[in-house]
Amino acid sequence: MSRVMAQIAMVMNLDKCIGCHTCSVTCKQTWTNRSGVEYVWFNNVETRPGQGYPRRYEDQEKWRGGWELDRHGRLTLKSGGRLRRMLSIFANPIMPSIQDYYEPWTYDYENLTSAPLSADTPVAPPRSLISGEPMAVRWGANWDDDLGGGPSLASADPVVQRIGDSVRLDFERAFMFYLPRICEHCLNPACVAACPSGALYKRSEDGIVLVDQDRCRGWRMCVTGCPYKKVYFNHRTGKAEKCTFCFPRVEVGLPTVCSETCVGRLRYLGVMLYDADRVVEAASVPGDEDLYEAQLSLFLDPRDPEVAAAATRSGIPDDWLEAARRSPVHDLIMKYRVALPLHPEFRTLPMVWYVPPLSPVVDALAGGGHDGEDAGNLFGAIETLRIPVEYLAELFTAGDPVPVKASLRRLAAMRAHMRRINLGEEPDPSIGTRAGLTGEDVEAMYRLLALARYEERYVIPTAYAAEPGSVEEIGCSLDYEGGPGMTGPFGEASGTPAPVSVESFHSLKQRQTSDEVTHERVNLLNWDGKGVPDGMFPKRDRR
Amino acid sequence: MSWSETAMWVVTPYLTLVLLVGGLIWRHRYDRFGWTTRSSELYESRLLRIGSPLFHFGLLFVLLGHLFGLVIPEGWTDAVGIGEPLYHASALIVGGVAGVCTLGGIALLIYRRRTTGPVFLATTRNDKMMYVVLVAAIVAGLATTLLSAAFQAHDYRQTVSPWFRGVFVLQPDASAMIRAPWTYKLHTLVGMALIALFPFTRLVHAFAAPVGYVFRPYIVYRSRGAAGRQAVRAPRPGWDR
Ligand code: HEM
Ligand code: SF4
Ligand code: SF4
Repeated sequence: MSRVMAQIAMVMNLDKCIGCHTCSVTCKQTWTNRSGVEYVWFNNVETRPGQGYPRRYEDQEKWRGGWELDRHGRLTLKSGGRLRRMLSIFANPIMPSIQDYYEPWTYDYENLTSAPLSADTPVAPPRSLISGEPMAVRWGANWDDDLGGGPSLASADPVVQRIGDSVRLDFERAFMFYLPRICEHCLNPACVAACPSGALYKRSEDGIVLVDQDRCRGWRMCVTGCPYKKVYFNHRTGKAEKCTFCFPRVEVGLPTVCSETCVGRLRYLGVMLYDADRVVEAASVPGDEDLYEAQLSLFLDPRDPEVAAAATRSGIPDDWLEAARRSPVHDLIMKYRVALPLHPEFRTLPMVWYVPPLSPVVDALAGGGHDGEDAGNLFGAIETLRIPVEYLAELFTAGDPVPVKASLRRLAAMRAHMRRINLGEEPDPSIGTRAGLTGEDVEAMYRLLALARYEERYVIPTAYAAEPGSVEEIGCSLDYEGGPGMTGPFGEASGTPAPVSVESFHSLKQRQTSDEVTHERVNLLNWDGKGVPDGMFPKRDRR
Repeated sequence: MSWSETAMWVVTPYLTLVLLVGGLIWRHRYDRFGWTTRSSELYESRLLRIGSPLFHFGLLFVLLGHLFGLVIPEGWTDAVGIGEPLYHASALIVGGVAGVCTLGGIALLIYRRRTTGPVFLATTRNDKMMYVVLVAAIVAGLATTLLSAAFQAHDYRQTVSPWFRGVFVLQPDASAMIRAPWTYKLHTLVGMALIALFPFTRLVHAFAAPVGYVFRPYIVYRSRGAAGRQAVRAPRPGWDR
């Protein structure tokens, strides 16, 4: 254990996600509310079973993201080695097109007021934001939301296809849950490995994976490299952009925007310590099903004095160690073992983990007229309900049902145990034991999953070892080189990158002052919460 | 030697070099953000997948050919037993094929640019000007090759090449250049214009060719402090803002 590194990681408790997309919208308003990234959702929420965004991104036979083992068992990028990547640099052969995400559009609202009088109500026809032409809207970032589109769309889910034809997607027996996704800020990021310029990097302090906008040259190899398709190409600036884990917020101890605004309060943020020297070894274990255990074996126990000493030697500050000891993420992953990684078989060692949903099991029981909170029923159903369990296993453990069942059993034990307490019955210690937990553990886990307050869900150390400096996006962020109104000599996409807040400032100002936009209306979807655009409120009638 | 000949073959090459080197330094200093391929693959990939590799690989061979023809003195190739007729024939074949690929590639790319709505929308005036000069350079270059094959076989390694090498040792031999046929002169002039344009157009991406990738470890770690302007900025006093 020579080199200890720290990572700010996330866990999401899927049982509590109501699929409201608040996280996606607040994230978009913060980071991708600009032209060039209209189609980009750093955070998206997909309904499973479903195709996801971009469409069928999990099918790596097609998209070739992530890593694989070559003939000699060595880890290589699935899209080919370095030489192959250099030879295909002039036209990346496997890059999703805008149609695989979706063609972004807006509506021609003017038609609502300017259409000639007719018997039909005028409509606002859709216009492509890519070509400016009228378009038929045929796909979107969450087109199959809530199983919309029915079995014909859901059956094209690569995970459904993997578990074979026995899956039934008929509506009486369908199960469904939501999967919110951000960049995984992987320990072994394939996007970083694929970048020819070295513009993508993993921050050594907190493990956040970022794109250096000044070094990105638009070779677009990272888009192919990431198996989760969480690096996007800004088609206006010609540069890659990705989820930043809201680093300006995290640096000062605030949770990411998606966590902060999550309606279900289901996101947890905390520090994980890991053995950086063994990352490649863990990502190279031969069996796909062993990757979950291999990744677990990288994580270090911050309460272990030896680990603490090694961490200090590696330059991890004391308050980071302290935060690691209080990390809710560490508890969910290591102590209770309820959280699981998304698609470990991509071999990037993802660091956004998920507590799998028990609801498909509970719903199946309740739908059959059984008591969905009875320990015996639940344990039995987890063993016999093949379909949701196999599906979850394909998502979280490369198809191995054992860890998924173990996690579900703990959630089931928690449910049954707490029901007895709520009904004033004597707690039954055997319930927890059957899932490998003590009664105390069950209650502590319940507190963390159900009641934990803000400070318990987000344990983010603030002090960074680096010298103090002002955070770019905080405070008056208009005071950057050149000042507002500055565009580079080669048009809007040149010069120093404008801080996101400055771009929003300009678009707001433009919306407020432009004559072309109809004066009495304002598109709230584009409003970033700053200032009061004209037309937001009806004009006061000053008589 | 008339003043216009001096201007063309003595002043212009240095002007070109100053613009190229100075422009690259300036661009690196002020516009690293704009230093990109501005890839349009997201909009359209079917034609790009044929056109772009055809153009770029063709161009790489063309560049290699220029390197051979301009930098290596004729005496050297003679010494290793490659006589002028053999050299000329092989240059004609390789150069001709590479040139035709380059021209075909750029034709396809321009056709794509004009006919694919979103790609055309993303084309700036700067781009259009660049395409004119680029195509002119390619056409003029291919013309010299083909014309010299069809009519008089001019040995440019007696004229253009010595002048070219002279530029770099600060003794441009304009009299050698003057002896070249006008097609060569035209190609050389357009070529210099293209080189001067490099830093100021999207062509600047060629100078970011990621050769270092082959040698670096796969995963890049960077400290937040070292990230420079990316994450933090040294605090500045209020009066300095
Ligand atoms: C070895 C160095 C070079 C590399 C790695 C390279 C790579 C690229 C890449 C990735 C693109 C973007 C294609 C896309 O996705 O739209 C591109 C476009 C382009 N490159 Fe290069 N390039 C190189 C050298 C050059 C040179 C020397 C020239 C010209 C003298 C050139 C001319 C162009 C042009 C004109 C385009 C625009 C094509 C279009 O979309 O119409 N490149 N290059
Ligand atoms: S999930 Fe994030 S860190 Fe992992 S490969 Fe994709 S973009 Fe990179
Ligand atoms: S805000 Fe929370 S509950 Fe709503 S979709 Fe996002 S993760 Fe789910």
